[in-house]
Formats: sequence, structure tokens, C-alpha cells
Amino acid sequence: MNHLSSETFRENAKAALADTQLRGALKNATSLFGERRKQAAASLPNWEALRSQARAIKDEALSQLDRYLEEFVRNAESRGAKIHWARDSAEANAIICRLASDYNARVIVKSKSMTTEETHLNQALEAAGMQVVETDLGEYIIQLADEPPSHIIAPAIHKTRGQIAELFTAELGMPPTDDIGQLTGTARTTLRNRFATADLGISGVNFAIAETGTIVIIENEGNIRLTTSLPRVHIAVMGIEKVIPRFADLDVFLKLLPRSGTGQQLTTYQSFITGTKRNAADEGPDEVHILLLDNGRSRMLAHPVTRQSLACIRCGACLNACPVYQQVGGHAYGSVYPGPIGAVITPQLMGIQKTSQLPYASSLCGACREVCPVKIDIPRLLLHLRAEISPRKGSLAERLAFKFWAKVMTSPALYRMSAVAGRVVQRFVPISRAWTSGRDLRPIESKSFHELWTNE
Amino acid sequence: MKVSIFVTCLVDQLWTSIGVSSVEVLRRVGCEVEFDQRQTCCAQPAFNTGYLKEAREVAERFIKIYEESDAEVIVSPSGSCTAMVRHYPQLFADDPQWLPRAKAIAARTHELSSFLIRVLKIEDVGASWTGRLTWHDACHGLRDLNLKDEPRTLIRNVRGAEFVELEHADACCGFGGTFSVKYPEISVAILDQKIDAIERAGVEAVVSGDASCLIQIGGRLSRQGSKVRVMHLAELLSQRSDG
Repeated sequence: MNHLSSETFRENAKAALADTQLRGALKNATSLFGERRKQAAASLPNWEALRSQARAIKDEALSQLDRYLEEFVRNAESRGAKIHWARDSAEANAIICRLASDYNARVIVKSKSMTTEETHLNQALEAAGMQVVETDLGEYIIQLADEPPSHIIAPAIHKTRGQIAELFTAELGMPPTDDIGQLTGTARTTLRNRFATADLGISGVNFAIAETGTIVIIENEGNIRLTTSLPRVHIAVMGIEKVIPRFADLDVFLKLLPRSGTGQQLTTYQSFITGTKRNAADEGPDEVHILLLDNGRSRMLAHPVTRQSLACIRCGACLNACPVYQQVGGHAYGSVYPGPIGAVITPQLMGIQKTSQLPYASSLCGACREVCPVKIDIPRLLLHLRAEISPRKGSLAERLAFKFWAKVMTSPALYRMSAVAGRVVQRFVPISRAWTSGRDLRPIESKSFHELWTNE
Repeated sequence: MKVSIFVTCLVDQLWTSIGVSSVEVLRRVGCEVEFDQRQTCCAQPAFNTGYLKEAREVAERFIKIYEESDAEVIVSPSGSCTAMVRHYPQLFADDPQWLPRAKAIAARTHELSSFLIRVLKIEDVGASWTGRLTWHDACHGLRDLNLKDEPRTLIRNVRGAEFVELEHADACCGFGGTFSVKYPEISVAILDQKIDAIERAGVEAVVSGDASCLIQIGGRLSRQGSKVRVMHLAELLSQRSDG
């Protein structure tokens, strides 16, 4: 699973479609999340207004990102946080590995962070000889299985209870059971030990508030609270797009994010971290580091169409709503960020060379845009990327076909002729096996509407 | 009102009765209908596959043809093709010469059910059809043109028709233009969810506003030997009890 690449989306997808366990797990999870989101959104009378408000705040932050980042850094530093800037994944990983080694960290606990998945931080830390333990239950499961996450907020969404039970038996040596209480109990006991011995905690960031220098992280399991408070050092990793201007702006995001993600009114924990502790006797780490990652984000920011990709708050609602994701799951995308937003972000982060199939992995139905809490026009972004990719990377046959198509469609005479030719050809040749493998082909009419109108 | 009908290339080549029915319904509600013989395609296949140069060539021609018409509106029996024409301003966003022309054509173009209800304010076109039927929301009509109540209102006013809501009526059928042949396995997997819902609804016919979805849904129903038939909204609305 680790070696899936987005170059082979089609093959990955075919394999996923043949996996009945995967499809069952996906169907249950995406419909449950989708249904809960719908109810949670309906529970607020002003859902649409909140979406517009959230987007306006993101647009404001993105339009003056340099200013808000500087304000955030100034305020976080004045409260004792140490700031690091990383241009790309390699730089980010190098900084974190150096910090870990400076602090002589052997055991590192991590809370779920898509940004560190993006930089493949775990591999870098392990290569440097450190033990990294994921502490979000889903993330812990896939770490044991040596798989990448298949969903932005539910990393092990593709796994059934039975598969997790087998995994725990094999990896943690627990007696075979599929009792959920026993499974989570085992994970909890194992993880508590790691928390107690960890030298360093690494987390992501949901929101960074410029006005106060505060980072905000939300969760349900309490593992983030422990990751950021038990070890003596905390490193928070964030994309530069996570900054919002004011503390008061949080209100709208804390209403939208949990409702869009899991359908909750509020997550169980919201951690607000503003620098280091004031008094040595207080709880919490001695040192807090915040790493700000670019990794292609300033390039997205520069383009007026793609800029809106940076408004994403990583709720995962578009994945649950997407008919393609619902069928093939996250691994088929072969990229850290799957689903509709993944098909938009991945090519922009990694370049189109190896990701060029992703923007086509959509029927353009628009369900993603409908559920997006920050109103990202994902279909439009997919079209934008297709227009960059097709003329350069489309097959010769496809490029010629569209040239020919344009000639036919701009000439009534050619259009009439090709229609007649089509009628003849379809009698002798199976028009398209891609279509007819699963569906009957509707035959071409013996008289076109043009002809019927003339005869009338 | 004078209407210029854009039947779409799919209807022209694969399903002419949708065009014939549309003309019949429009005339029945008092419209004068013209058909420009030069019409071909709205440019959507190229636009959605990322071939903007080719899409512009075809869209420019569409604009030119309909600029010459003195019809007040252009009506099409397709939410998807109408949505494409509404996207013309996006296609010509960087072209000061074509942008205003694109905007003018986009503003004049309406999908059939939307034209009947929003423009003409007609909710009952005097149709009759006996049987149990359901409605599939075609994505572009639903999400680009916001057509949700319009087709349902028209269907509910068909005498003799028993309308039932489809489970997940607003879920995609998996067609998606070139997506249906680029990723046929995924397209059919999505389609099968729709087919299951249709079979569970226990209907004689599934109605929709786009020939493309109906070709996709109908192709699978027929492959599986289903008794359920596919019908375009225009075909339903053209039905009269007196034949």
C-alpha cells in the first residue's frame, strides 16, 4: 500500500473496486459522515452565512498573508515560542530532526497531522534513529499496518473492525477479539506508556491566530492534549495558510469545522497554545517550537484562480460527498491528500509530472463544492488544472481528436457528414469498449433532429 | 414569446424525440419556436477535458449564431449544456472582445424547466401520463442552475403520474462526460448505486433533465434487462391523454 502512486490512479482504482471489504467500509463510513454533516449543518439556521463569512476571513488572511504571518510570529515569539521557517519538506524534516537530536529525543509522540504526512516526517525521524509513535487511534492503526492515511480526518476509514483486530493481534500480541472496548483499551494502554516516556511531542495546527500568536488544535481523543503537554518539548507543524487574523474569527471556524468533518457540534477537546508556560511550576512543555511550512503554498497563493485552494481547513467533507472517493477510497489517489481537494492540492504541491491523472478523477458533479464549509469551487479548480495538463500531457490521439472535433463542430457541413459516417461506422465497429463493457450503447438515430426539422 | 431552441448535439444525434417533445411543449404554451440549422455543440466536451482553445472555437461559433437570432431567449432541454453556456464568461474572462458577447448569450440561455417556471411562470403544461415515476437530479442542472423544485413542480402537475422521490436523487449517476470512458469502471460503480435506488423505488420510469445522464442510466438498465424505462422531462411533458 505504501508504494501506490498517483501516476497509476486508474489501476489503483480498479484494485480498490475489486476489494469488497474496502467498499463496504467506505460505504458505511462516508454515508454516516455525510448524514451527520447534513444534520449538523441543518441545526444551525445561518449555515450559508457562516460559510460565506469563513471564506471571507480566509480570503482576507490570504490576501495579506505576509502581514498576518509576521504578526503571528511576533506575538508567538513574544510569548516564548520559537519559530522556524521551511521552504519545502526536506528543509522541514531537517529542522525537526536537528531539534529532536539537540534535545536528545529517543521516543517521539505525534498527534495526527496531514502536514507532517505531506513532508513524510516519520520516515525522516526513523531514518535518524528515533522512535516515532502516532497517538491518534486511526493514525496509530495505519502506522502499525505501515500504510498511509486514506482520509484527511479518518485515516483508517478503509479498515474494518475485523482487520484492525487481526492487526492488533499480530503487532501488539493481544488475544484475538473484535470487541471494540478491548481493542481501544489495548491501544490506550500501549499509548499511555509512550506518552509517559516521550521526550518530544509533535502536533499539527488547525488555526494560528495572528492577533495573539495562539495555535489552536481540535480533536476528540485527548491525545493531542497529551502530546502537547506531557513531553518537555512541543513542536507544532503548520502550513503557512493556517493563519487567521483575529481571535474572534475562530468562532465561525469552530462552528463549521467539526460539523463538516464528523457532524459534531464541537469536538471533545480544543487546545489553545500561546507560547510557553509562564511559571516553571505550571504544567506543559518547557519549550514550544512552531514550524511554518511553504512547500508550494506560495506558488498556489500567487495565482488568482488557485489561491482559493489554500482556504481549505482539512475537514474531509468533500471526500465523504464525492461519488468517486465513495467507490475507490483514499489510497487509490496515491497521494497524501485524497478525494476532490486532494486532486486539486496534490498536483499543485508536487507538480503535475507525476500527478496528472488526479484532476480527471472526478465526474465534476459538484457535490464537493456544495458541502465545502469555505466554499472552495473545487470543480472549477479541477477544470483549471485539466486545462494546464491536457494540451501538454494528453495523448496524441486525444489532442488530435479534440482538434478534429472542433473542426467538425464549427462546420455544419462536416457535422452533417460525420453524423452520417457515424451511423455507418456503428453498424460494423463496437464504438467504444470503454463504454460498452458495462453499459449498452444508445444507437445513433436514423434521422437527426436537423433532418426532422427540415422535413417538417 | 419567440424562442430559439438549442437541442444539443446528443439529442440531435442520439435522442431526437427529446427535441421534438421540447418543441411541442414550447408551442403548446404559446411560444414561437425557431431552430437554427447551423447549431452543433455547446463546447462542453473540450471545456471539461481541458482543451480550452478548441472549446473557445466552438463557443465563439455558438455565440455568433445566436447573436443573429431575434428570439428573446435560447432554450435547451439540457441543464448541463445550459450550464456550459452560462460558463462562457469564464471561458472568455481574459478576452475583452468576446467577454461582453459571452455574457449576453449566457443571460439569454435557459434550461427548459427553468424557462417554463421562472420565465413564463407556467407550472402546468397540460400533460398526462399514467404510471409511477421518479426523478434523477442531473448534477449541472441541480448545482449550477439550482434546479430542484422546478422539474418536480412540473412533474407533480402531470395528470395520472404518481411521483415518488428517489433515494439520493441528487447523487451523481457517474456519467461526467469523458470521465465515463476515461474511468469506465468507476463510472459504472457509481452508476450502480443509482440503479439500485431506481429499482428500489419500484417505478415504471425514471425521468431526468439531461440526455447524457439518461443515456448512462438507460445503458445500464437495458444491460441488466430492467423493465424501468428512461424518459426525458420534455418527453414526459409532451404526453397527452388524447394521444
